Amino acid sequence: MASIHIDNLHKVYAGGVQAVTGISLDVQDGEMIVLVGPSGCGKSTLLRMVAGLETISSGTLKIGDRVVNNLEPADRDIAMVFQNYALYPHMTVYNNLAYGLKNRKMPKAEIDRRVQEAATMLEIAPFLDRKPRNLSGGQRQRVAMGRALVREPAAFLFDEPLSNLDAKLRVQMRVEIKQLQRRLRTTSLYVTHDQLEALTLADRLVVLNGGMIEQVGTPMEVYNKPASLFVAGFIGSPAMNMISADYLREKGAVFPKSLPEGTDLIGIRPDELTLVPPTGDQLAVSGKLMLLEPAGAESHLYIHLEGSDQPVVMRVSGVPDMQDGQTVQMHAKVDALHPFSKATGRRTG
Amino acid sequence: MQTKRSTFSNKWLPYALLAPQVIITLIFFVWPASQALIQSVYRQGDAFGIRPPTFVGFRNFMLLFEDALYLNSLKVTLIFSVGTTLLSMSVALLFAVMVNRMIRSRDSYTTFLVWPYAIAPAIAGVLWWFIFNPNIGILPYVLQGVGYNWNHRSSSNDAMILIIIAAAWKQISYNFLFFLAGLQSIPHSLIEAAAIDGASRMKRFWTIVFPLLSPITFFLMVVNIVYAMFDTFGVIHATTEGGPAQATNILVYKVFRDGFVNLNIGSSAAQSVILMGIVIVLTVVQFRYIERRVNY
Repeated sequence: MASIHIDNLHKVYAGGVQAVTGISLDVQDGEMIVLVGPSGCGKSTLLRMVAGLETISSGTLKIGDRVVNNLEPADRDIAMVFQNYALYPHMTVYNNLAYGLKNRKMPKAEIDRRVQEAATMLEIAPFLDRKPRNLSGGQRQRVAMGRALVREPAAFLFDEPLSNLDAKLRVQMRVEIKQLQRRLRTTSLYVTHDQLEALTLADRLVVLNGGMIEQVGTPMEVYNKPASLFVAGFIGSPAMNMISADYLREKGAVFPKSLPEGTDLIGIRPDELTLVPPTGDQLAVSGKLMLLEPAGAESHLYIHLEGSDQPVVMRVSGVPDMQDGQTVQMHAKVDALHPFSKATGRRTG
Repeated sequence: MQTKRSTFSNKWLPYALLAPQVIITLIFFVWPASQALIQSVYRQGDAFGIRPPTFVGFRNFMLLFEDALYLNSLKVTLIFSVGTTLLSMSVALLFAVMVNRMIRSRDSYTTFLVWPYAIAPAIAGVLWWFIFNPNIGILPYVLQGVGYNWNHRSSSNDAMILIIIAAAWKQISYNFLFFLAGLQSIPHSLIEAAAIDGASRMKRFWTIVFPLLSPITFFLMVVNIVYAMFDTFGVIHATTEGGPAQATNILVYKVFRDGFVNLNIGSSAAQSVILMGIVIVLTVVQFRYIERRVNY
């Protein structure tokens, strides 16, 4: 086990495309860090640089106390779980697990012990003699995890490992990965574009955009205090509503406290809007109901604010008795407002 | 499964459409093959009709297997086809692996490496005849420099090496294309996973890439053996003509020599029938295993 220190890492491809521009990150020993962001944000490139599958254009990468910039992937003491599992199709499950150990000239008895142990832990022991093509998607996923596990590496790298599974299996495997990581306490870097996966799995979350870090923090920090407009829009579903501060003032909304300097956008999460006035300082605004979307235990209300092109989304529990076109009065606690500057894209306070 | 059936208003039209292919097959395949089958069990009559052809049963075949020259030809064919197959496949695989590592120049290399396939065997044979010519060739000249006296007209080893190189050369293009396609179909993440699993470049090749290429390797092996045994007449005719002292007289070439040069039609026909049998066996092997694929 080891910590990972990433210092001002850059990746420039041969064509001049900058995939990663100056990322610095300290991963503590035993921590599970989730890298999350939209396609092309550089999260996979960053992970592959840590793995040694992409060269590092500049910056320093340390695993434990060693600078590993120029080490081969095999010498970095990491194990990786690939999106398509990358199981060796011509080998049995047993040999898939044992391959990395055999290459390291481990004694046969020790290989066998580790393979059996991992297989038991992941409940794939009955399939050890099968070839990967005779396994289901979930079983293949477990074998891929097992291949990382038997190595007992300093760090696990996960590259969107659940994205090839169906929704039900994905939730199940997500829970298992989390339990496994808690138990083994192996430093882990996990890449995903799924914000729910990111929030549930991470000890700390790294939100990436355009090759740069937007925010680092625990899932609740990131959710409750998004550092930028991008993070606010990316984390949380439905996405946070953004309303211009001037518009709110114009409509007679009163901000009890003066807003931080430079604030011109107010972010409000759909579940922080209520139909009933809350106690304490609050903000009220009204609009017309465009659409009521029942989603089981909760409903999403799409509300049109006069003179604004973006509807406001509101999440309420149950299905309220309302008609399309009806005027809706919305309330939000002042504490729940997220002030942003449109110009810098950053949070102002 | 539903198959779409076309109906013809004219009853004879489908037959007319099939006729060219059927006629060609009958004239150039079925008729000569049946002639060979018949002649293989007859002893040829003389040219003046004094002694008519006589039925001799399997005597032609029995004589063949007592004939030291024929057994020698079998051995030569074996060495030649194994040598050609090994050489053309290993060089092609090496090229394919190297080209597959290129990024931008891959297409240009592929084009250049495929060109030899477009050259007629006889022309290639003449090319090699010049290059290896003991008097005027460049290669014997170079070899002389390192102390080797090349002469495929007197040394049977030299002659065998010459025809193996000449025959393999052309086949490299074909094998190369297949291997390259095979390499490109191997997911890159497998190689990366193996790299993380601590396998060296060589080890990755032999434990991951090569096993995954096995269906293609097997297919090419059959194709190359068939090529070496039946398709190399032009190469041999243009270079060694089966010599020196029968050293490069492979089965196909011997059929031609015995039949058309020495006019021993019965023996030649018997040899053709044996070759036909070999082709049938190879084809069956190919279809059996390619259908099922050498699976991993």
